[in-house]
Amino acid sequence: MAPSTSSTVTLNINGEKHTLSVDHRTTLLDALRERLDLTGTKKGCDQGQCGACTVLVDGRRSVSCLQLAVASDGREITTVEGVADGDRLHPVQQAFLDLDGFQCGYCTPGQICSAIAVIEEHAAGWPSAVTEDVRPDAGPPPLTPEEIKERMSGNLCRCGAYVQIAEAVARAAAETRSENRNETEGAAA
Amino acid sequence: MTTATTRPTAVTGAVGTAHTRVEGRDKVTGAARYAGEIPFADLAHGWLVLSTVARGRILSVDTASVLGMPGVLAVLHHGNAPRLDVDYVGMLGVPPDPTAAVFQNDRVPHAGWPVALVVAETPEQAREAAEALVVTYEEEPHDIGFHAGRPDAHPVDGHMPGVTEKGDLEAGFAASAHVVDAEYTTPEEHHAMMEPHAATALWDGGRLEVVDSNQGTTWVVDELVRMFQLEPSAVRVRSEHVGGGFGSKGVRAHQVSAVMAATLLQRPVRVVLTRRQMFSLTGHRSPTTQRVRLGADADGRLRALDHRSLSRTSTVWEFVEPSAGVARVMYDADAHRTANEVVRLDVPSPTWMRAPGEAPGSFALEAALDELAERCGVDPVELRLRNDPDRGPVSGLPFAGRDVAACFREGARRFGWAERDPRPGVRREGRWLLGTGTAAASFPAGALPSTAAVTAEADGTFTVRIAAADIGTGARTALTLVAADALRVEPDRVRVRIGDSDFGPAGIAGGSMGTRSWAWAVTAAVEELRERLVPGAPVPPEGITARSDTTAAVAGLAQKERHSFGAQFAEVAVDVTTGEVRVRRMLGIFSAGRIVNPLTARGQLVGGMVWGISMALHEEAVRDGASGGLYGPDLAGYHVATHADVPVVEADWLEGTPDPDDPVGIKGVGEIGIVGAAAAIANAVWHATGVRHRHLPIRPDRVLRAGGPRV
Repeated sequence: MAPSTSSTVTLNINGEKHTLSVDHRTTLLDALRERLDLTGTKKGCDQGQCGACTVLVDGRRSVSCLQLAVASDGREITTVEGVADGDRLHPVQQAFLDLDGFQCGYCTPGQICSAIAVIEEHAAGWPSAVTEDVRPDAGPPPLTPEEIKERMSGNLCRCGAYVQIAEAVARAAAETRSENRNETEGAAA
Repeated sequence: MTTATTRPTAVTGAVGTAHTRVEGRDKVTGAARYAGEIPFADLAHGWLVLSTVARGRILSVDTASVLGMPGVLAVLHHGNAPRLDVDYVGMLGVPPDPTAAVFQNDRVPHAGWPVALVVAETPEQAREAAEALVVTYEEEPHDIGFHAGRPDAHPVDGHMPGVTEKGDLEAGFAASAHVVDAEYTTPEEHHAMMEPHAATALWDGGRLEVVDSNQGTTWVVDELVRMFQLEPSAVRVRSEHVGGGFGSKGVRAHQVSAVMAATLLQRPVRVVLTRRQMFSLTGHRSPTTQRVRLGADADGRLRALDHRSLSRTSTVWEFVEPSAGVARVMYDADAHRTANEVVRLDVPSPTWMRAPGEAPGSFALEAALDELAERCGVDPVELRLRNDPDRGPVSGLPFAGRDVAACFREGARRFGWAERDPRPGVRREGRWLLGTGTAAASFPAGALPSTAAVTAEADGTFTVRIAAADIGTGARTALTLVAADALRVEPDRVRVRIGDSDFGPAGIAGGSMGTRSWAWAVTAAVEELRERLVPGAPVPPEGITARSDTTAAVAGLAQKERHSFGAQFAEVAVDVTTGEVRVRRMLGIFSAGRIVNPLTARGQLVGGMVWGISMALHEEAVRDGASGGLYGPDLAGYHVATHADVPVVEADWLEGTPDPDDPVGIKGVGEIGIVGAAAAIANAVWHATGVRHRHLPIRPDRVLRAGGPRV
């Protein structure tokens, strides 16, 4: 009997469980796009070089073209289709829309997923290659344009919307900070 | 039933006011579907197989072993593919590129030439079978050696004459107080738009349907109809969202091979190019070697100008990168010669890429101007003001508004140019040498004939239908604003539908002509509609539709030199230890006629300037002499600027001089942003280091090797 070339996996995507049989060669990206009709996640290079396929896997950004679907079994996956709160756009999405942080739109879902993670990574105190004070207790560095651009550099935008994307990420990060502050104050009161 | 009225509820003035993209929400939520993402029942997947040799003949294609692999449905190749008609001149005035007209003979003219298409039930099966397909070749020696002075270089008329000349060049140089004579080179560059080319073809009720990603459905329909010898009414091409184009998204191997396979299998077939396949199948910008000679009076006024450009094309399709054309618009001299020459080599076919001609040509010409400024001891801005012609240097025609001087004055004021110390190599900040540079920009403002339809709906809204393409330019939004103003209603009462060849012929999203051409047609259709709407009269349930065709109007436009213009400014820092060049800030001031949507226009102009940064410092496709292919044909091997490469980039515009003869007033913003940008950066690198860099990109190793007093 020939060895099996497919397996059944359960992918937890945007809070919904999908159980399907996948070819072992199928990437997470192709499972999303070709099997589950979640085409918001884009295929720009299929080689991990452009960032268009960025999704969040267990809360961390990951290029879905370099991850096999069978290796994603049981993981919590968030795609661009899952970041808005119903009809209310995520602050990053709203900022991209308002500030025109895109042109053709093809890199946009990856940029948005990446930006969401960048804001969280920064708030958690993770340093980047341009962070000056990298001591463990230094806390989050100021989220300067340089910090944003360094952290977003895995996401190419050939239309060259980088200036507007950096503006959008900065605005969304500021909104997120102020929202978190309000929540903390609300909880304290 | 509502009554027919286009009377405003409020004065809109939509044009000229910032509007977010009408499809923006779909793009930020992932709801916008691109060509490879539209579902079809019973879809089969095609995977192209490319040649592994750079020149020769196909001896055999071993289809038998592949046809037995799981899921494989067919293998198409030159031995079984239908014959295409390639003996025609298409809508853009050129014959088809044989790279797109696939599988017609056994010849292999370059590395990465399409030799077969494997079709299977799933993409994984198609890919595995394509990689397993054995093709044998009779190899022949190939020649990819591109350099100045090749004896087979010859001038070529492309979309402009190959050669222009007037006056006595040698006498002009002999009489000049200052002469610059320098050679500049630019490398092979690739469009590298983020969305790979993708198409699904199917036959539906006797009609061929192609769901595609392109810069003009009319363009692609025209080519497919001619190649497959079909009735024009029997083909429909749709292209709703397009993930970037930059000149590369016309008819390509993916659509043609998908149509062949869908015809053979009588089911929908999708062909998506891989990133690596794009590097040999979808065109590129040819490398150039350019010799620029400038002769001037003591005060910098040009007496003689000679710009010769050599580019490279394939052996199967002739395309000239017309880099010398920019001098025909920008600078005059009594003795004036420009020439665009080509050599044919065993390489993939080049094509139009964002500002074809102007992008590499402005690098050479504007860098040479900077060298002349240095020789004459004249400020680079002042030198350009002194050489600002009042008529087309070659055509003799008047300019339809030439605002070069105004752009320089405004740019210089905002950039702080007056405080600039002209001496090179004297500003240092830690390990960084600092410098600033400037350059002029121009790009033609053309128009293509288009048709449009505008319908007054019974519910009081309006629907515009036009085969336009929004490749990221914001065309859909711009046309909504144009239509709203013409109808004198709020934009939210206007629905614009684009990207469907069934809407009738329209010009392409290319040559910065899209918005100008389509706005013209939409405005004309609205005028017709307004004449037919009787105030107070009811609108029938099917609505009232008016159509336009701008063919006669475009042809009847008064002959003038019509261009967008601009002035570019850049500040760079050069690391004396690594040779790395960082752009610190850029400013571009442009005159591009009427700006329809300031929000998206800024994106176009800044995006073009980002391309200039990328061209100046990063982009370079390197061809391997042994294999004839590229080293690292992917987005790691071919670096395009990313976030960390891009500093504060500002673009703004002047109202400009209106042209009373021009009924549209829009000149286009898609390409002008890249023109002159690389030269401004190269000129700033000289100002920082005191060394001229005449070869792009200005890589760290080149900066270090070039040395200079302070590097």
